[in-house]
Amino acid sequence: MQSPNGTPVLAAIGVRKRFGALVVLHDVDFAVGAGEAVGIVGPNGAGKTTLLNVLAGAQQATAGAVRFRDADVTPAGAAHRCRLGIARAHQVPRPFGGMTVFENVFVAASTGGGRKGAQAYERCIASLDVCGLLAAGNRRAETLGLLDRKRLELARALATDPVVLLLDEIGAGLTDEEASELVATIRGLHARGIAIVWIEHIVHVLVQVVTRLVCMDAGRVIADGPPDDVMANAAVIDAYLGSAAA
Amino acid sequence: MTLLTVEHVDARHGLLHAVRDVSFELGEGETLALVGANGAGKTTLLRTIAGAHRPAAGRVLFEGRDVTRVPPHRRVAMGITLVPEGRRLFGELTVEENLLVARSSGRRGPWTVDAVLEAFPMLEPLRRRRARMLSGGEQQATAIGRALMTNPRVLLLDEVSLGLAPVAVDGVYRSLCSLIERGTTIVLVEQDLGRAMTVASRLVCMLEGRFVLEGDAAELTREQVTEAYFGLRRASRAGSPA
Repeated sequence: MQSPNGTPVLAAIGVRKRFGALVVLHDVDFAVGAGEAVGIVGPNGAGKTTLLNVLAGAQQATAGAVRFRDADVTPAGAAHRCRLGIARAHQVPRPFGGMTVFENVFVAASTGGGRKGAQAYERCIASLDVCGLLAAGNRRAETLGLLDRKRLELARALATDPVVLLLDEIGAGLTDEEASELVATIRGLHARGIAIVWIEHIVHVLVQVVTRLVCMDAGRVIADGPPDDVMANAAVIDAYLGSAAA
Repeated sequence: MTLLTVEHVDARHGLLHAVRDVSFELGEGETLALVGANGAGKTTLLRTIAGAHRPAAGRVLFEGRDVTRVPPHRRVAMGITLVPEGRRLFGELTVEENLLVARSSGRRGPWTVDAVLEAFPMLEPLRRRRARMLSGGEQQATAIGRALMTNPRVLLLDEVSLGLAPVAVDGVYRSLCSLIERGTTIVLVEQDLGRAMTVASRLVCMLEGRFVLEGDAAELTREQVTEAYFGLRRASRAGSPA
């Protein structure tokens, strides 16, 4: 495993994940440093989302450990890890329908971030502002377009006051212009010192934010380093496009 | 002769814009390979051509006739047949029964059960075996055979080698080569670029719902496809992280 740039804040150590007979993660080591932005790429079935699930606590590892700062958080569930500072945004935003954008973020600030009253309110306003949604605060969430739904997903995560933000294909389905706007928002979050771990198939979008790229294939990390090096790595290209010798 | 024309097709899944203003023509006897990363729009495009997904805009023409609003079963009868990702066989039916089910849906033509078993010799000893008992490669061969039973003019193959062992992929591709030699018109979605380039006459790379590279398979280089596949040239234009 390549050392993260900076002190590790979140790490998977020898993580294995098995679903019945299928081993999806083979003793994976991965770490993200404080304030670092790391991208994870890899073909279908590589284990990227499962790794993110294990880091977020949405799924428990079959073997291995997850450490956050200096603590072993392996047994902790997703809600507990969220309170600790591990937030996540999903590929398909699922806001609470029937609630406004503000109310959606308020749920995150209070339930996920543990803030109350005025503190939660202030946190919501700040999160909506950073994510460019302040003017849409009173709109019902289900009336938002795709880009704004993704911004809401980010605002909800930001409202929990994360140390690490885990992003799962949040750029999927956006136009070039929308993706550029989303990149600007994510860069804004990163500039606030939040570490980013971002799974994304759209590599040209991803590399506008991350300074380190990890490529997975068949449950293993096959490359880890600067984005240009990883994307020029023959094993990475073979993992996506098949062997050149085929 | 142009068999299939796709004109300015847009296709959506709710808010997600999966195929964006795609146009192309497919000549009789051509083999077109579609490659691209997960979510690039390949499967949605194939399903739109087959009639399984209604486009938000644009037209699909078959032999010059607008079939955009023709339902999928009617397109099968006209000669457009899809082999879907994951095969979708009738698991409780035998190989032969799966083939016979398709016969009534399609056109009259040279493809019969015996002709399919001749083209896919691996299926001959398995003709009375239930589909759910087959290996992945055998299931894929049965799915392609089932599609052939409709005597298609255009065969749409989605993710031919996905989830198959290399030896099974070899077998499926041997059979594909024999179909191509017979002049079958094929649109092939394939993750394995090397495989796709060995059989395709033309190759298209999709990225975020658009065609970003198109050319004769024999003339495109692996480097060109790789660059288009990942959008690397656009990345260098967009700039580095802050």
